[in-house]
Amino acid sequence: MTAAAIEVAGLVKTYGETTAVAGVDFSIAPGSVAGLLGGNGAGKTTTIGMIMGLIAPSAGVARVLGADMASRRYDVLHRMNFQSPYVDMPHRLTVRQNLDVFARLYGVADVAGRIARLREELQLGEFLDRPSGKLSAGQKTRVALAKALINEPDVLLLDEPTASLDPDTADWARARLESWRRERGATILLASHNMAEVERLCDRVIMMKQGRVVDDDSPAALLARYGRADLEDVFLDIARGRAGGAP
Amino acid sequence: MSAPAARFSPARVAAMVRRYVYLLRSSWPRLLELIYWPAVQLLTWGFLQNFITQSAQADGFAAGKVGLAAGAFIGAMLLWEILFRGQLGFSISFLEEMWSRNMGNLLMSPLRPAEFVLALMTMSVLRLTIGLVPVTGLAWLLFGYDFWSLGFAIPLFFANLIGTSWAVGLVVSGLILRNGMGAESIAWTLLFLMMPLACVYYPVAVLPLWLRPFAWALPPTYVFEGLRAAAFDGALRLDLMAWAAALNVAYFIVATMIFLRLLQSARRAGSLVQMGE
Repeated sequence: MTAAAIEVAGLVKTYGETTAVAGVDFSIAPGSVAGLLGGNGAGKTTTIGMIMGLIAPSAGVARVLGADMASRRYDVLHRMNFQSPYVDMPHRLTVRQNLDVFARLYGVADVAGRIARLREELQLGEFLDRPSGKLSAGQKTRVALAKALINEPDVLLLDEPTASLDPDTADWARARLESWRRERGATILLASHNMAEVERLCDRVIMMKQGRVVDDDSPAALLARYGRADLEDVFLDIARGRAGGAP
Repeated sequence: MSAPAARFSPARVAAMVRRYVYLLRSSWPRLLELIYWPAVQLLTWGFLQNFITQSAQADGFAAGKVGLAAGAFIGAMLLWEILFRGQLGFSISFLEEMWSRNMGNLLMSPLRPAEFVLALMTMSVLRLTIGLVPVTGLAWLLFGYDFWSLGFAIPLFFANLIGTSWAVGLVVSGLILRNGMGAESIAWTLLFLMMPLACVYYPVAVLPLWLRPFAWALPPTYVFEGLRAAAFDGALRLDLMAWAAALNVAYFIVATMIFLRLLQSARRAGSLVQMGE
């Protein structure tokens, strides 16, 4: 049996009286793409924070590539990476300088060669030597993706990877993620509010509500179970408590 | 494919130093600021020193303590700048990551806290060197004060002051990690709490008796007393330097423990994924 790339067991996070995550269990097989969906306050960001090891669980365990992220995250961080619209890269550094620094932090053997390959793959050429703060939203997304792929990660955590992008750039970003997964066999966990994105990229969808997993299946199986034509309606059914599906 | 993360990697420390050097090179106001404030301080204290010395001489006190005490102003000011700018150099490099919203990227990378802290220490020394070396030249040119004539005392003074500045920088960084940017002002003000007790410009003997133990609990107090011993008596007080070093080691250990506790607390509170105000 293949060990899970990401495994979450009995995960709980409480802040005083407030329960953000109330006992979550799931595991994600290597090479698969899973979407973590839920409304605001459903517990997605807290769950991903615990998987990244940035938030200490109140109970339970989050393991990535077999390492408990609360105590042994440094064993696997060089094999992971992440992208989020809520973090940025130093604005005054050029794209090349930023990628250079991150390549060295991740211990990439051939820094110049890796940046050259990313330049080709992600079409960074025209702005590689421009300060990162002077890029358009679309260009910033490419750079964030380049940073996320700099160490050729086995596990990629993506929080709203195409938030605030125009449809063309968002489509481009999804295509890059698809090809990365195909070429590398990487495992991707994706938190998103964009149902079309989830439907396109994910083999599996984990639905969260009020800190719990309320459904977990392939997009096709969820559509069939809820009798809906698209995931957005499934999302609304779950968010509004219409568990049986159609109103 | 990246290499497995070693327990401690000088290459990751060097990568972070490279990041800050890129930043300094990209921004001339940042470079200028390193020299600007120490130069302004030098001019203020230098002219005050001239005024007091000239007044003392006019009153016939040239050989007295007034003239000598005033003569130590520039030296004391330069040493205070090592302490203050050393801590700022540490804290500003840390704050750069908060201001640019880059902390999440760093915390999710294989960079370990010890490596990050070592890079911040390196930057505090580098920023100090850029800022203070030209100002010591200016002190000699404008006021005839030769800082480098202190000789072997300089590395001892420097090591003890920078040690204290790192300990304070560590605690400040931990507080910002735990409490977010709302705690930023601490980075600019905390050290000034120490200033009256560290006896930068006057001897410990002028403090009330009950306050002196608090002054002697601070490593910089020994350095400033050491400076006055060098200026007044031409003596290098190794006993004072040894006391300062011992206190610094103790404070640095305590500061490291506080930093790690605050980091742990930030993980529990979820502050590391919500790094705003």
